[in-house]
Amino acid sequence: MITIEVNGTSKQIDIEPDTPLLWVLRDIVGLTGTKFGCGIAQCGACTVHIDGKPMRSCSVPIGALDGKKITTIEGLSPDNSHPVQRAWIAEDVPQCGYCQSGQIMATVAFLKEFPAPTDAEIDANITNICRCGTYERLRRAIHRAADLIKA
Amino acid sequence: MHGSRIASTLSRRHFILTAATAAGGFMIGIGAAPRTAHAATVPGQPWNDDNAYPPNEIDAWIAIDPDDSILIRYQRSEMGQGSMTALPMMITEELQCDWSKVRIEYASPNRNLRQNKVYGPSMRSAGSQTVRGSQKLVQQVGASARERLIAAAAAHWIVPAAECSAAQSVVTHNPSGRTLRYSELAADAAKIKLAAEPAIKTPAQFTFIPRPMPRVDVIHKTDGSAKFGMDAQVPGMVFAAITACPVPGGKLKSVDDSALAGAPGIVSVVKLPNAVAVVATDTFWRAKRALSRLHPEWDVGAAGAVSSEELSKTYRAALSEPMLTARNDGDVDQAMSGGAKIFEAIYETPYLSHSPMEPMNATVNLQPDRLDVWVGTQAADEATEAAAKASGLKPEQVYVHNAFVGGGFGRRDANDEVKQAIAIAKVVKRPVKLVWTREEDTRQDKFRPHAVVAFKAATGADGMPSAWSMRVVTSSIYASIGRSFPANKVEPQAVNGLDNNGYNVPNTRVEAAIRNTHLPVWFWRAPGVNQHIFAIESFLDEIAHASGLDPYQVRRKLLAGKPDWVKVLDAAAEKGDWGKPLPPGSGRGIAICQDDDSLCAQVAEVAVKPTGEVKVNHVTVALDPRYMVNPLTIAEQAEGSVIFGLSAALYGKITIKDGAAVQGNFDTYRLVRLAEAPKIDVHLMPSGGKVWGGVAEAATPPIAAAVANAIFAATGKRIRSLPISDHDLRSGAA
Repeated sequence: MITIEVNGTSKQIDIEPDTPLLWVLRDIVGLTGTKFGCGIAQCGACTVHIDGKPMRSCSVPIGALDGKKITTIEGLSPDNSHPVQRAWIAEDVPQCGYCQSGQIMATVAFLKEFPAPTDAEIDANITNICRCGTYERLRRAIHRAADLIKA
Repeated sequence: MHGSRIASTLSRRHFILTAATAAGGFMIGIGAAPRTAHAATVPGQPWNDDNAYPPNEIDAWIAIDPDDSILIRYQRSEMGQGSMTALPMMITEELQCDWSKVRIEYASPNRNLRQNKVYGPSMRSAGSQTVRGSQKLVQQVGASARERLIAAAAAHWIVPAAECSAAQSVVTHNPSGRTLRYSELAADAAKIKLAAEPAIKTPAQFTFIPRPMPRVDVIHKTDGSAKFGMDAQVPGMVFAAITACPVPGGKLKSVDDSALAGAPGIVSVVKLPNAVAVVATDTFWRAKRALSRLHPEWDVGAAGAVSSEELSKTYRAALSEPMLTARNDGDVDQAMSGGAKIFEAIYETPYLSHSPMEPMNATVNLQPDRLDVWVGTQAADEATEAAAKASGLKPEQVYVHNAFVGGGFGRRDANDEVKQAIAIAKVVKRPVKLVWTREEDTRQDKFRPHAVVAFKAATGADGMPSAWSMRVVTSSIYASIGRSFPANKVEPQAVNGLDNNGYNVPNTRVEAAIRNTHLPVWFWRAPGVNQHIFAIESFLDEIAHASGLDPYQVRRKLLAGKPDWVKVLDAAAEKGDWGKPLPPGSGRGIAICQDDDSLCAQVAEVAVKPTGEVKVNHVTVALDPRYMVNPLTIAEQAEGSVIFGLSAALYGKITIKDGAAVQGNFDTYRLVRLAEAPKIDVHLMPSGGKVWGGVAEAATPPIAAAVANAIFAATGKRIRSLPISDHDLRSGAA
């Protein structure tokens, strides 16, 4: 039995320890905002925060997470009010939307480390794939979110 | 699966507060549309459960609640293209209702069957047809409802309907100033049958559109609440992972499942004619891991020897064999014999996968007299028919709950995943969620066709082409989808972009030969055009440079007499700084295409490092969609289409070895990421006219040629096959 805290709620997980966190979140905890895209930590659609650090949950086994605090897209804010969410809405970023939970979670963690990011810093750190190609608006939204956080 | 149909008040209020800032200043060609805070909503779960219809329907499309909120049903698919916002905007235009009180949900394909196609002849989103193919239908829906609401008010007041008008969900009796709200009239309006359907508005009469409007689905795509097919949760469901024969057409010979003895939670190993699936409880991971421990044996036949090298040789050899003629203007052969100079080149484009971010999946609950399917599909009506056939139930017993579609690009209308899920459910007799791995999604895709095009052109004394011939070898999409086509005609996709090129070359011949393989080929964003525009626009660039002419001016001359084409080309050149100086190692390329009745020209600015690394810095897009509903989503589609085409241009290639696709995941099938994404400026310039253009595809085809032509300008190296990453662009390399 593994105990994790998901968005502030304690969860007892009884499953094979090599099960990736992604599938625990989606299939056991029932939080489907975190997405399966590749399964090999390439695309970032499954990005969540583990003790505040952005991680690709498809490649983190649950057995390594006893006592850890997990934040998913559902736990970012109760009402879409996190500055990154507000920036995403203001820039109308998502198209199909499937990768956007991961993009947002990656950006939230990134802006903690780079509160006033340059484009080069964004390029080096936001590596999630968006097949719809929303990068133009995504980049604008990252800058807007940085401004919102500062304000 | 029974979530609330109405978005929470909280998120909706937040959306209204933030939506006003979303419209960007990106447009030319339309007047300054007011920035309004109006915002319609859609629930995070976009489908209705088909269990009951609301009591206050005007008809199958529209229901009006006592609080004046209006439900509008959207009959096609939302896969990121924004049509779930655009089509209800068109209904709103005619209905004269309050957009801030509109909520939207998917129309039911089951109801469509039961009610004689009440949602129109097709529920499919493909071919950039969603808006332009529904425009008259949904305008009529809105206009009819409006006139019935007016008629209900006129009957109430006992006045002529002609004395009444409708605006913002209120009917006014103009002489007396009396008013009735739509909600007060809905019940009566539902019973009214008009003597004749009202005329729909012409674009000149529009007052609500075109208008940049934030997408209704965005708020659910920022908080994880948007439900994709992948997110369906059915009580008691089990999870299935599948691997089909990696060589398409092959069969399952045998599989030894003893390796799974004692593995936790395994429900069943299901053997299908061409695939094996493992079904497990609790998590998809269990099923996936167990499947990876099986080593099925396949019967692949002769196809197991096919390779990309061999296919390329076969296609190139076929270039000199007899072909069917798609277009033949003037006398190409005679013009060639008198031409001052002859140019010849062969262009080649590979198989590509669609690779939507959401891997293929379907969840089914098969009961004796009812089948429910949760899936993100581009064609919920066709999925219904396919599911009925696969299950043996009547179509009326099948309920397809279309979800937000996590990327389609042409892939999500084959229903192969739905049929597989039903086949598995028949065996395990429980609700099943089938998920494809990324590798399965890539290898079991139905690819963009491989094609080769041989060009031959003659130029006159002025260096301009006076004759050209284009000979294509490719495979048939129609054959793959099972559509018959006259054997003496060239199917449109085989030559799309070539036979309908815009250039006035008096002697033009376009021919094609179909060489089908065991690999199914499919529609892929801008079919035909997506590869042939790379070819023809690069070849024309070759001629221009060899003649010492400016590639932009050559195009401009060849488009004389076509002011719409010239306008788009000029806009791209002007906004893209054509002709302005660039540092060494950099270059600009230009290209233009027609797709789905829209026109798109692009200028790409590219830098090539001495190491050969290509960086596309800036892309300028000029797009003429003829008409617009929502310029915001059109610009978004143009931006996304450029990136989609750029992934293909730079990296995209499915290699065939031993009859199977080599690439599987994103480590081998590379896609453009943020760091490689250029700055994109979109200029919309609708020219009007008889037809509406499509907007979801037209900006994909030009980018490969624009980039390849820019690379030539920067390096003097001509790219004649894709992807660009296959070419050695280091300085000094041959």
